Amino acid sequence: MDLDFTAGEGEFRQRARAWLAGHVPGQPLPSLETREGFAAHRAWEGELAADRWSVVSWPEEYGGQGVDIVKWLVFEEEYFAAGGPGRVSQNGINLLAPTLFDFGTDEQRARILPPMASGEVIWAQAWSEPESGSDLASLRSTARRTEGGWLISGQKTWSSRAAFADRAFGLFRSDPAVDAAKPHRGLTYLMFPLDADGVTVRPIGRLDGKPAFAELFLDDVFVPDDDVIGEPGQGWRIAMSTTGNERGLTLRSPGRFVATADRLVRQWRAHGGPGDTALRDRVADAVIGARAYQLFTWANASRFAAGETIGAESSLNKVFWSEYDIALHETALDLLGAEGELADGGDWAEGYVFSLAGPIYAGTNEIQRDIIAERLLGLPKGRR
Amino acid sequence: MRFLLDDEQREFARSLDAMLTAADTPAAARAWAAGDFAPGRAVWGRLADAGVFALAVPEEHEGMGLLPVETAVAFVELGRHAVPGPVVETVAAGALLSRLAGLGDAAPAKRLLPSLASGDAVTTLALPEGGPFALDADAATLRLTATGGELRLASGHARVERSLDPVRRLARLRPDGELLASGPSVTEASRYAADWASLATAAQALGVGLALLDRTVAYVKQRTQFGTPIGGFQAVKHRLADVLIGLEFARPLLYGAALTLKTPDVAAAKAAAGEAAYGAARAALQLHGAIGYTAEYDLSLWLTKARALRSAWGSPGECRRLVLSGGRGVG
Ligand SMILES: Cc1cc2nc3c(=O)[nH]c(=O)nc-3n(C[C@H](O)[C@H](O)[C@H](O)COP(=O)(O)OP(=O)(O)OC[C@H]3O[C@@H](n4cnc5c(N)ncnc54)[C@H](O)[C@@H]3O)c2cc1C
Repeated sequence: MDLDFTAGEGEFRQRARAWLAGHVPGQPLPSLETREGFAAHRAWEGELAADRWSVVSWPEEYGGQGVDIVKWLVFEEEYFAAGGPGRVSQNGINLLAPTLFDFGTDEQRARILPPMASGEVIWAQAWSEPESGSDLASLRSTARRTEGGWLISGQKTWSSRAAFADRAFGLFRSDPAVDAAKPHRGLTYLMFPLDADGVTVRPIGRLDGKPAFAELFLDDVFVPDDDVIGEPGQGWRIAMSTTGNERGLTLRSPGRFVATADRLVRQWRAHGGPGDTALRDRVADAVIGARAYQLFTWANASRFAAGETIGAESSLNKVFWSEYDIALHETALDLLGAEGELADGGDWAEGYVFSLAGPIYAGTNEIQRDIIAERLLGLPKGRR
Repeated sequence: MRFLLDDEQREFARSLDAMLTAADTPAAARAWAAGDFAPGRAVWGRLADAGVFALAVPEEHEGMGLLPVETAVAFVELGRHAVPGPVVETVAAGALLSRLAGLGDAAPAKRLLPSLASGDAVTTLALPEGGPFALDADAATLRLTATGGELRLASGHARVERSLDPVRRLARLRPDGELLASGPSVTEASRYAADWASLATAAQALGVGLALLDRTVAYVKQRTQFGTPIGGFQAVKHRLADVLIGLEFARPLLYGAALTLKTPDVAAAKAAAGEAAYGAARAALQLHGAIGYTAEYDLSLWLTKARALRSAWGSPGECRRLVLSGGRGVG
């Protein structure tokens, strides 16, 4: 067992570091949850992509560098250590792209992935519905067969950044005759433009009022057959198997938390009261948590590289990082004292508000704990 | 970068597990608590045969070399099986004497390390970095103290005090006794040994937590109330899921610390493993209900140890201070 990087990994790290040092904006970009910030982040995605840094782990033909998971983790460490902006393309890159790699056609990959990598087309995830959150399989939006494709109708909601995004991907009920006891059947996974006829996008302010969140009203929106992912009716299986392996590793990379914990320690050294051991302990816990998550991920990456699969274990990740993220930001706000109340008091406030959503999205932590208990500990299945 | 135990290390864990399962360690622990050391000494002999006490002893002193990862692997198993005795202290004493030899003072190492590595010497140790008590001073055959830059063979010990964990027998060592070494190298070797002690304690705590979780999972699957196994209730499931998360994130900290042996990394592992094991203990007691609260049920062996290990060789607060200060004797 070792934590030593190979010469090639070290060289890659240096190359990433040098590029980032020359390109990361000196001033933080405005929030990507605002129109102005969204545009600035889109431009940043383009700059990353121009030198093949937007999707380093993708094959070269789609704009990546074809590097393995270890180098991807190295890149992420360098990215966040350099103060790289949040990634406005993340839904496409982390959620849709892995699905296309596994279930898409060559034509879809060639058409969809390069503009995703460059930020030219930014994707929103349209899974949730007003009546279907945790119980996603109960969704009611429909896809009806028509000449050359499908007509989709219904309502989607809580779609991150859909107010400004270009296209969306989501699940639709294509077989209404399905047995009520088997709601996972008869769903179709497809993609559609957010400016198509029949789509109404209504922005919803997030907790802090920022307007990029949205609900989508769909009224007979035409989707050509080319934009169906995998077999019609197989949408659930496709959506759920979004490379369960890598997703556990890639949804939130540790580099982000390591960099944030470092920033917290600098802040504490500059402003922390030496006698306040309660706060000191929380700062230490932030450092410990970042290190734990980093090493846990390296262990998973090693398992992955050794050909093992990582399934339900990714639920451990999810609960850990989402709760850790909140604790980290709460500590920072407490350290700031009265200044911590300022909404525009810098990255901490924005990060805090964002962290609060972590236990809710990507499968709520209650659902993740059910998965851990049932699949990892073997406890009896309960009602869902 | 391959941050995974290799086959040999996994095999080492498996063989210790099998050996300790056969050794009936709970019975040995209960006897130890009552002052009957013979069954514990028998387990000790088997651990020595497996090489456990040679893991912090260089080969020239009849050890296996300084092997912190293997030490962590072994102590997870010792914790899982609630092995009694000053196991941490013996390995840490090995590290101390080895380090002292590395710093130029080889005489104490030559004299003491071979018997320590072979398991003949059951060794306890009191260092400024640890608490005021030496563990199992009445069972030990070798008692070392290092204070004020002087390493001594303690001439004896005060009355044995009761620990929250009845298996841990605590006593202050007498500060006098034969002087083995003195000077700054003793101070440095003592700090080094404290890191080993803290690492081994973290591993032991992780093992204790894993044992508590295993036993509790098994129990909630078979204990039925309201006509259904209690493990089907979401409140129960979620509590155990949190225990697993705590333990699974302490584990990489432990192995990461074993690889670097840096004080802040060791302290992070100790803090995390201590908290995770204690969380496991609280959940285990709650989910066992009243039977968990009884001394005669074996669960108690791990329950009380989880609390004791939390403060042994680095309290939570001290560990957190070390994480931020960057080292022992700093800040
Ligand atoms: C910031 C943010 C961004 C999001 N982005 C997107 C996006 O881009 N695209 C998208 O499709 N969706 C998105 N979502 C929606 C998200 O996926 C859902 O909020 C989530 O699935 C939970 O659904 P819900 O909000 O309807 O809560 P509900 O399912 O109604 O749950 C409410 C509460 O009840 C609990 N609960 C429900 N069922 C159980 C159970 N069986 N056992 C125990 N507790 C239970 C939940 O854990 C939760 O605490 C986003 C949400 C947030 C907050």
